[in-house]
Amino acid sequence: MMAAKQDFKRSFQRVNEIIEAHGRSPVELISILQEVQEEYRYLPEEILNYIATAMRISPSKVFGVATFYENFSLEPKGKYVIKVCDGTACHVRKSTALLNALKKKLGLKEGQETTQDLMFTLETVSCLGACGLAPVMVINDEVYGKVTPEKAEKIIDEIIKEEGGRGNDQDH
Amino acid sequence: MIRTIEDLYNLHEDYKKAMTREKMKILVCAGTGCVSSGSLKVYEALKKIIQEKKLLVDIDLMEDGKEGVNVSPSGCHGFCEMGPLVRIEPQGFFYVRVSESDVPEIIEKTVENNEVVERLLYRNPETGETYRTEESIPFYSKQKRVVLEHCGKINPENIKEYITYGGYQAMAKSFRMTPEEVCQVVLKAKLRGRGGGGFPAGIKWDSVRKEQADQKYVVCNGDEGDPGAFMDRSIMEGDPHRVIEGMIIAGYASGATKGYIYVRAEYPLAVKRLQKAIQQAREFGLLGENILDSGFDFDIKISKGAGAFVCGEGSALTASIEGNRGMPRTRPPRTVQKGLFQKPTVLNNVETFANVPLIILYGADNYLKIGTKDSPGTKAFALTGNIVNTGLIEVPMGTTLREVIYEIGGGIPQGKKLKAVQIGGPSGGCLTSEHLDLPMDFDSLDSAGAMIGSGGLVVMDEDTCMVEVARFFMDFTQKESCGKCVPCREGTKKMLEILEKIIAGDATMEDIKLLEELAETVKDGSLCGLGKTASNPVLTTLRYFRDEYIAHVKDKKCPAGVCQAFKTYYIDPEVCKGCSKCVRVCPNNAISGEIKKPFSIDAEKCIKCGACVSVCPFNAVKEG
Repeated sequence: MMAAKQDFKRSFQRVNEIIEAHGRSPVELISILQEVQEEYRYLPEEILNYIATAMRISPSKVFGVATFYENFSLEPKGKYVIKVCDGTACHVRKSTALLNALKKKLGLKEGQETTQDLMFTLETVSCLGACGLAPVMVINDEVYGKVTPEKAEKIIDEIIKEEGGRGNDQDH
Repeated sequence: MIRTIEDLYNLHEDYKKAMTREKMKILVCAGTGCVSSGSLKVYEALKKIIQEKKLLVDIDLMEDGKEGVNVSPSGCHGFCEMGPLVRIEPQGFFYVRVSESDVPEIIEKTVENNEVVERLLYRNPETGETYRTEESIPFYSKQKRVVLEHCGKINPENIKEYITYGGYQAMAKSFRMTPEEVCQVVLKAKLRGRGGGGFPAGIKWDSVRKEQADQKYVVCNGDEGDPGAFMDRSIMEGDPHRVIEGMIIAGYASGATKGYIYVRAEYPLAVKRLQKAIQQAREFGLLGENILDSGFDFDIKISKGAGAFVCGEGSALTASIEGNRGMPRTRPPRTVQKGLFQKPTVLNNVETFANVPLIILYGADNYLKIGTKDSPGTKAFALTGNIVNTGLIEVPMGTTLREVIYEIGGGIPQGKKLKAVQIGGPSGGCLTSEHLDLPMDFDSLDSAGAMIGSGGLVVMDEDTCMVEVARFFMDFTQKESCGKCVPCREGTKKMLEILEKIIAGDATMEDIKLLEELAETVKDGSLCGLGKTASNPVLTTLRYFRDEYIAHVKDKKCPAGVCQAFKTYYIDPEVCKGCSKCVRVCPNNAISGEIKKPFSIDAEKCIKCGACVSVCPFNAVKEG
């Protein structure tokens, strides 16, 4: 219990720093949310409430913005966020097969985006603008081009190996 | 710090002189495409060896007067499929698919002995012919690269290189004109918005100039959301200073002192390059107060998008910069009257601003010589899909689809037939082989029911199902609808449902009628451009490929053989070895048989998932 409480205090402190850096300006709300999400990998509800209070704007405004934009997540995300491009060019070059292979590899059920151990989140994205290399996927910030289902499985295996096997990730 | 216009010209001369000490320049493409193919490793390896050999020179090290080789990252060449790309000046050698292991050979042959490395040259897949230089490759020789002139040829992270190539001189020239004169030049050049609408930029600028306000803004739309389009990304990554220069000129002409560039979150490299460019421009005194002693102040801020397609629409974009939900509003008032923060705002897209320095520097008359009468200049297109050469191209307005697809794009792979070209993304429409000789400019495309849009060109071959294409785009717009107005929010959802029904083989002719009716309603009744154009893929596919819709509904067939519902799977008894692998993967126990004898599929039970096809080691499962 103590540990959890301390974590919380630290959280708010960091959120405060971010809000201050943007001069508490409501115009900066999107940038603030982006930075907060970078910190926590998602936007926890209590932090959204806190932002509203600290910036003296209504919680509905903060929630409104946080739920409008696709990049914001109110659910925890995995350590590795895999974005498979399903833009036109990638779609024409069989990105669906790639997506299905990844779902199977990660053992994700229909509608499930993040693995139980919070290691991987699998999403689609409309266009990454790297159409010359279709199909494309991005893991965190690294772009992979011309990805076949086999190549994708190998990449996942390498990450799992690097992480010392599945289920050992404790540091978040 | 550059304080006057004279200073800028003098610095330009100094840099030009310094550049002559670069006896050779190796440019490694560092666009998103090439980076993901490993170009940064090639760059590091080249730089390391050149440094070890003490040959490295750089414009930043110009004091020491030494001659040598410059190794530099560059912007996108547009030939992403062939990456990583390396260009060598002054010879113009152009190496494709270069890997780290090729570096020693490049050093030995090209750097030390001025020879070309034959095996790294681009080879024509059909004739086997190789091309020494970038310009001689058919993909490039038919293009006219004026807006993209620097992309791939200069280091986008170094303002000095931009100045060496005449950068910021258009801005300096405009400062010697009155704001009204600048607007007149842009008007005379008939510069039309490259973001899709084709609205004359000069009219916008002049309207903002005439508005009375304590604050005006210039906003650059870099929210290139159309799937299959990446022209603006390449410009922001490859030549960021050009966009900044165009914005400053727009600011001067309209009386705006603050600029915003709204970049979508999916383009982290573009954000990084722009940030660096803005920083450098400030340090050089080209952004900030009293720029070049003109008395004009201007500064730019980057606003990062958060993943909403609708924010490419002007009023949604300004709402997003203001920190709100990115939802469009009704007009009037127009953006030029009440745009960002309710102030008069010039809003143009990246490519439009990138055209501006060209117009100011060489004059409207020279600009009018390129392109067609009512759509002068060039247009960048992103060529993707079923085409031999995918990539970024720039051609004069009015170039025909045939020239783009067959001469630049190299045609359709595997000798297949062209079926359709989707132009302008989900808001555009499709064109067919009968439009091959249609000149691509704003007005001709409009009359064909399509639009230039942002410039995405997705080529589709005979194996593409047009109903499925319409479904794909509708799925996209439906997800991206902001939900503010009913026709778009509900209409796109219903249209998607009908399209799904057609693909599943459950639709009647009544459904097609309803689909058409809905498409017209959504077009007429929606608030913003996204909604008004959401029906275009449906309307154009219905117009040109109605027989395919009818085949799905009446004959229960997909002519292209794409839609799962109309497929049947069977096992070829001649080929099947009876290994039973398919039985184990079938999720519905539809396959039966005895080991080592041919198996068979129960068509009643089969759910057409295709699992057996992918698992069969003998390719015995066939689709019919």
